[in-house]
Amino acid sequence: MDAALAQPPHVIAGFTVPRVMFQVLGALLPVLAVQIHLFGLRPLLLVAVAAIVALACEALALHLRQRSVRPSLRDGSVLVTAALLALAVPPTLPLWQLALGATVAVLLAKHAYGGLGQNPFNPAMVGYAVLLVSFPLEMTRWPAPGGAWDAMTGATALDTLRTGLRQSYTMQEIQAGPAFGHIGATGGEWINLAALAGGLYLLARRIVRWHIPLAMLAGIAVPAALFHVFDPGAHASASFHLAAGATMLGAFFIATDPVSAATSDRGRLVYGAGIGLLTWIIRAWGAFPDGVAFAVLIMNLAVPLIDRYTVPRIYGHSG
Amino acid sequence: MKLRGLRLDSHKSRPLERPIRVVPPPATLVLALDQGSGEDALPVVRPGDSVRTGSVVAAASGAAAALHSPVSGTVREIAVRPTPRGASRCIVIENDGRDDPVAPAAPVDWRAMEGTALIEHVAAAGTAGLGGAAFPSATKLALARAADAELLLLNGAECEPWICCDAALMRERAADVVLGAQVMLAASGAQRCLIAIEDDKPEAIAAIQSAARAATDERIEVRVLPAVFPLGAEGPLVAAVTGREVPHDGWPPQVGVVCQNVGTAAAVARLVQDGRPVTTRIVTVTGSGVKQPANVEACIGTPVGELVAACGGYTAEGARRIAGGSLTGRSLAGDDVPVTKGVNCILLATDADLPARAAEMPCIRCGDCATVCPAGLLPQQLHVAARSDDSAALARFGLSACIECGCCDYVCPSAIPLTVRFRAARERQHLADLERRRAREAKARYERHQRRLAEQAEAEREAFDDARRRARGPDSGGR
Repeated sequence: MDAALAQPPHVIAGFTVPRVMFQVLGALLPVLAVQIHLFGLRPLLLVAVAAIVALACEALALHLRQRSVRPSLRDGSVLVTAALLALAVPPTLPLWQLALGATVAVLLAKHAYGGLGQNPFNPAMVGYAVLLVSFPLEMTRWPAPGGAWDAMTGATALDTLRTGLRQSYTMQEIQAGPAFGHIGATGGEWINLAALAGGLYLLARRIVRWHIPLAMLAGIAVPAALFHVFDPGAHASASFHLAAGATMLGAFFIATDPVSAATSDRGRLVYGAGIGLLTWIIRAWGAFPDGVAFAVLIMNLAVPLIDRYTVPRIYGHSG
Repeated sequence: MKLRGLRLDSHKSRPLERPIRVVPPPATLVLALDQGSGEDALPVVRPGDSVRTGSVVAAASGAAAALHSPVSGTVREIAVRPTPRGASRCIVIENDGRDDPVAPAAPVDWRAMEGTALIEHVAAAGTAGLGGAAFPSATKLALARAADAELLLLNGAECEPWICCDAALMRERAADVVLGAQVMLAASGAQRCLIAIEDDKPEAIAAIQSAARAATDERIEVRVLPAVFPLGAEGPLVAAVTGREVPHDGWPPQVGVVCQNVGTAAAVARLVQDGRPVTTRIVTVTGSGVKQPANVEACIGTPVGELVAACGGYTAEGARRIAGGSLTGRSLAGDDVPVTKGVNCILLATDADLPARAAEMPCIRCGDCATVCPAGLLPQQLHVAARSDDSAALARFGLSACIECGCCDYVCPSAIPLTVRFRAARERQHLADLERRRAREAKARYERHQRRLAEQAEAEREAFDDARRRARGPDSGGR
């Protein structure tokens, strides 16, 4: 367009998608740091492998779709997908499985739908879900914190809780086990704390807004607290649920992916609360140890419906 | 209603360092029949006619106020010329330099006049919204009178960056603003007047407050607002001051408010002081592209280039010319474009003032646009609807409530030109509506035509039958 006859507005703020994405990556650093502290350098290797595979897939997809490769590679969105996937899987996961997950996330979940901004499902969670149903054993064994990464692996706290309750152990017996820490899972509670710190940074920088994280945490904590009060022998406390599994990573980094989330403020409250509630339901009664990935994907399905019924009131229009 | 919008750098200080300068009338004036409201006034002069200062050259029509000659001289031609809104028919007047008035200056005894008579005066003077819309002020006052609006809301918010002509006016001519408020209170029948000013203009607030005290009129008060763009737009302003919302298909008087710009009030004050019509206005000339940024008072019809010359001329860097501010202003084709009643600012912007946009990227539905939209819309959803030209979705997401302020563009991390798309979608919808209406009318015409043909055939058959019956004679009935 002829700059001399450009259309208004003539100035924009210059916040850019890459800046948003790199802030998100920055906010993930505490999580990576805690994982390195707990499990050694292996998590860093996972992030690197996922990033390389994801970038390669992105370049391939853009090339096949005859789009310009460079600006899209530089926008950072594919790195966020890769980092989230790498930090969500156990550090002991074989690298080829992780590479497969990253490939599915970028090629199938993102580019098959039209690339950045078009994917109805969270790409990282599609990758995670495919890995979970394909390699259930590798995906649910986490190393014991502090040990060498391949020294010993065990079930996660959520997994132990689920199987323990099925085998009629009491809550006290179960929680005395090595997988449990002060409030959540051993190690896992520190990862959650790190994700919370990164999330609060994103909130402060206004990269994410409060609606989805708060609604999701409430969606987990409220039913967990209610059931814990009435049946403490069969249900873990709200604080345990908040500090276990992928709760905080999910609330601040995964559920907040704007592309696949509901888009109005009210819609985001519904969406977040739905993810929280489903996460808790899957944890309490489902077949999988953690429910964040499936909860996110199910609520992704509900987004068009939520968006339809949560259009805010427009100025000058009643009701 | 939540106040949504942007807090922006105001860029208003440099022109306000100097007092308002008067630009002498140019040798040739170009009076656009469309002064900014989108509708043409009706010319009442012909090429060759001589005009005097203050004589009517075009009559009011719909959303166009009457237009007067700022000088005495001769009408050279009536032709399409570039204007701030693109191009429009213009009356070109050669200034004879004698400034020969059509009538001697005479104050109007407004205190003794009926409201409706005052409104007629305001209309006859060609008073139009000097905030930028150039809508006839008298029409608004008459609507307010008919609806018994209780509040006159004078808009001195001036929220858009770079524009500061109202700030200069309020600092230097506060008494005019207050007098204009009194006249418009009498004309509209409103009981009180709030003068809304944003808090980044402390000097203007102080000047208006002291002028209101000097006038000892308790009906007039200053209301200080936060400096948020686009609070000075009519809808957001009414909501910010009164908490009421103007219905989407209605006017502010329906919620008891009539809005006028402070510049319009000052114009009304000059009208009652000496009977002069609106032939000048204050324009901010600013940006790094002009040597001495200033507010100038210029005749309507003065080419923009003369305004720049009065401000020391262009600086060395090339500059874009924009009529209005950085968010909603219109790009100008050249510096021969004339000032109209709707031109509040000429922004001569270098690339440093207004950096080029980044390349457009896909929408990531971040929703930043929705958090700043003053109309409460979801631009991210409208964007999708506009892309597929889905008229049902465009209606559901409220395209018609968009005020084209540009806030969504400003915050978009993907640098999507949303406002341009929305305007284009609106134009397409408008054309489609027009097309549908034409089709409907054509169908109705065709059906009426068919009915007429049928009726005609029926009548002819009956006439034929009658004729046959008559031809067979009286005994035919007994056969």
